[in-house]
Amino acid sequence: MPGTVLTITSGKGGVGKTTATANIAAALAKLGQKVVCLDADIGLRNLDLVLGLENRIVYDLVDVVEGRCRLRQALIRDKRLPNLFLIPAAQTRDKTAVSPTDMVHLCNELKQEFDWILIDSPAGIERGFRNAIAPADQVVVVTNPEVSAVRDADRIIGLIEAEEKGPARLLLNRLNPQMVRNGDMLDADDVLELLAIDLLGVVPEDEAVVVSTNRGMPVALDEKSRAGQAFRNVARRLLGEDVPFMDWDSESGFLQRLGRLFGRGD
Amino acid sequence: MGWLDRLTGRDKSAHKAKDRLRLVLIHDRTDLAPGQLDALKDELIAVISRYIEIEPQAVEIQLSQDGREQYLVANIPLRPTRRARK
Ligand SMILES: Nc1ncnc2c1ncn2[C@@H]1O[C@H](COP(=O)(O)OP(=O)(O)O)[C@@H](O)[C@H]1O
Ligand SMILES: [Mg+2]
Repeated sequence: MPGTVLTITSGKGGVGKTTATANIAAALAKLGQKVVCLDADIGLRNLDLVLGLENRIVYDLVDVVEGRCRLRQALIRDKRLPNLFLIPAAQTRDKTAVSPTDMVHLCNELKQEFDWILIDSPAGIERGFRNAIAPADQVVVVTNPEVSAVRDADRIIGLIEAEEKGPARLLLNRLNPQMVRNGDMLDADDVLELLAIDLLGVVPEDEAVVVSTNRGMPVALDEKSRAGQAFRNVARRLLGEDVPFMDWDSESGFLQRLGRLFGRGD
Repeated sequence: MGWLDRLTGRDKSAHKAKDRLRLVLIHDRTDLAPGQLDALKDELIAVISRYIEIEPQAVEIQLSQDGREQYLVANIPLRPTRRARK
């Protein structure tokens, strides 16, 4: 059976696309899936660093597309997870070096060999976005529970629908349960109601993400980290498992529930 | 802010964020600026008034949504015809 192309995108930059790509990939590989990550953020290569594979790069995506190497030569295998591979972005080129058609051809080839092709999309709504979305079978939109990130997510969800790649699913990243409890951060329910799309996962704000990124070791491999747990849950959901969403606010405000009783309108 | 708003969390920043986003998303999705909606309303009143007598002050035009679908909802009360009473 040919593999699935999953594109991870966002409207606003810096919301966690690269972190999500690396960790969902690592979690899927840990579950025995054969996974390749494709860094489509040409000119702003980062996925290699987050995965800790930066010292092993010889060829990149643009080399493959322009025929300077064979696909096999550009695949970097992760030594910790032998099922996980990376095709890095070119660092010294720009997004016009690759076309949406190039991406479709490349992914069709990769689908023969891999269960999952994860594409880390650049932020924004231009060429880089269209490159990343063209070969997608499924799309994940990453956002943070914060006004401008949610607004930009809505815009990108509309564009994904217009490209007939929808419905996209939501990955809500950097949720701070304490702030939600205090009524100072949008909750997952709020964001879902506003964006009106399905939820793939909720990842908490977690210092372990920064630490693991420093080390080049995906947090999904850290058994103790809550963000790691959330990414592992996402991977299982992608494989069709019905994994309940983590309950961050089990001790959630009595007043908030009372508020709902008074018809706060949620 | 009254005590009820405080009790129900309506004065919290997350609630404000949600209310503001709800409005801004409607306008983003329809590519219709809030001011344009007023202009649309005025023109609509003018056109309809050419055919039928309405209550201009009571006309309500709103964008509403169901999932990601947007609707323009108009509520246009008609004025009872005086001619009929003559
Ligand atoms: N759940 C999280 N908790 C804490 N820090 C996070 C989390 N997710 C992402 N970050 C941090 O946010 C920054 C931006 O993340 P990144 O994945 O590079 O975003 P993008 O690829 O969308 O630009 C990085 O420094 C990353 O370590
Ligand atoms: Mg990135």
